[in-house]
Amino acid sequence: MRGQGPMSEDPMSAAASGPDVTSELLVVENLTVTLPTTRGPVAVVKDVSFTVGRNETVGIVGESGSGKSMTSLAIMGLLPRGALTTGSVRLDGVELLGLGDREMRRIRGAQASMIFQDPLSSLNPYYTVGLQIEEMYRAHLGGSRKEARKVAVEALERVGIPEPERRTGHYPHQFSGGQRQRIMIAMALVCSPGLLIADEPTTALDVTVQAQILRLLADLQRQTRTGMVFITHDLAVISSIATRVLVMCRGEQVEYGTAEQVFSAPEHAYTRRLLESIPRITDDLSADEVVL
Amino acid sequence: MTDVLLSARDLTKRFTTRGTFGRKSEFTAVDGVSFAVHRGETLAVVGESGSGKSTSARIVAKLMEPSAGTLEFEDEDVTHATGAQLARYRADVQVVFQDPFSSLNPRHTVERILMAPLDYQGIAPSGGRRAYTGELMERVGLNPDHAQRYPAQFSGGQAQRIGIARALAVNPKLVICDEAVSALDVSVQAQVLELLLRLQRESGFSYIFIAHDLAVVRRIAHRVAVMSGGKIVEQGPRGQVFDDPRHPYTRTLLAAVPRINPEWDRRRRAATA
Repeated sequence: MRGQGPMSEDPMSAAASGPDVTSELLVVENLTVTLPTTRGPVAVVKDVSFTVGRNETVGIVGESGSGKSMTSLAIMGLLPRGALTTGSVRLDGVELLGLGDREMRRIRGAQASMIFQDPLSSLNPYYTVGLQIEEMYRAHLGGSRKEARKVAVEALERVGIPEPERRTGHYPHQFSGGQRQRIMIAMALVCSPGLLIADEPTTALDVTVQAQILRLLADLQRQTRTGMVFITHDLAVISSIATRVLVMCRGEQVEYGTAEQVFSAPEHAYTRRLLESIPRITDDLSADEVVL
Repeated sequence: MTDVLLSARDLTKRFTTRGTFGRKSEFTAVDGVSFAVHRGETLAVVGESGSGKSTSARIVAKLMEPSAGTLEFEDEDVTHATGAQLARYRADVQVVFQDPFSSLNPRHTVERILMAPLDYQGIAPSGGRRAYTGELMERVGLNPDHAQRYPAQFSGGQAQRIGIARALAVNPKLVICDEAVSALDVSVQAQVLELLLRLQRESGFSYIFIAHDLAVVRRIAHRVAVMSGGKIVEQGPRGQVFDDPRHPYTRTLLAAVPRINPEWDRRRRAATA
């Protein structure tokens, strides 16, 4: 990251502030991201603060342009060139804002992983999926080829790919969209990171496949105690997976609370409007709707 | 509503693909599909990717010829319509696509875009182009003062309204919406759905509404056809398909739709009421 702004807190003070820090995996405080544009700098994330505990899923929900993806890219140190970041992002008590490229590369994949909407653009089409998982493992944890191969087979098995031994030798295009997302999840979790950021991971999938992937993520999270940030535009998906919810609108954090609070007693008018506008599968249809 | 506007019988579409080493293989995208659309009603065709719903829509829009089967519009066989018959069909049946920006010419003003269907039909609107454009824009909730703007100057929701206005320009009898609200943000989606419902109430045309989102379909459809693997597995009134689905695939599909915790939803509504 270039053009790093001032940090609100010293990384050392976080580690020193007591044992409760350790139960919190990710602490984001007053995060602001400013992007340079032809019309001058524009703040795309404004003063966002939230916490992710171990084994917890925090949902970030918002419409397009709300800044939800920029928030996740800022955490991962993947913002576009020239972006300015202020505030604080602490993972396991370590301040991430201000870390150099090399240090962030060590953290990405090992301590914090990310999966995206389109797995095909994140996988290398020229290498078998087995090799890609092996490389990911060895880059961070080392070990022999043989050991990495075993890990790759186990990783595919864990995400429910049938015949994992044989499938490690296949290329990304030989898998369906849902299977590719499973492979991305396998790769993201192969180094047992504490944090997984999932950015619209089920948006491009069919609804039945989406349900399977959501179940898989929830199961894996229970087993591995991974903290998860789940970014989506879909409130119903958030309702089924998140313990805490952050609602964003135009870069601002409009609402933050437990899922129960946000869905049953939203404080902000924007959240209420959003909740009212989604069509539901179970609603009583009101009089103004189509009648036969 | 027994007046059938369009009926499709045993529509089949096969594609031949040529793989490596020139091996030919045949793929049946639509496999013996039959349905009818009545005047003033909305038939929703739902299914997952590869179910054949979009191919079916393309055949009905006559963007594609079926390999077999017939298409009747107002009791006339239009399966292989050409010339004047095809031109008439193209005026009566309009399409609204998923991505408004790629279906609107970026170099044309809104006025030119909205007048294009009339120009194609050789119709001069009474009262002049400007007045006609302004009226259309008002019907879909756009500011008529923006008639000289270009598509890029509008938001996604507004651009979709332009696409809808263009479809209405020649007073169609049937509007095919192919994932017309899928790319929109939820709040915008709700507004565009409202608009589609209102326009139908005002003008009485029919919709074929192609969508993968069951909750959206439930909001807008009178009747629903569920497609899977190129076939319609279940077809019926909305209430029946959603509340008493007969086919196991429909049940699987409905069960997979994510829902907001109903207890939280109930509490929120009780508080706002």
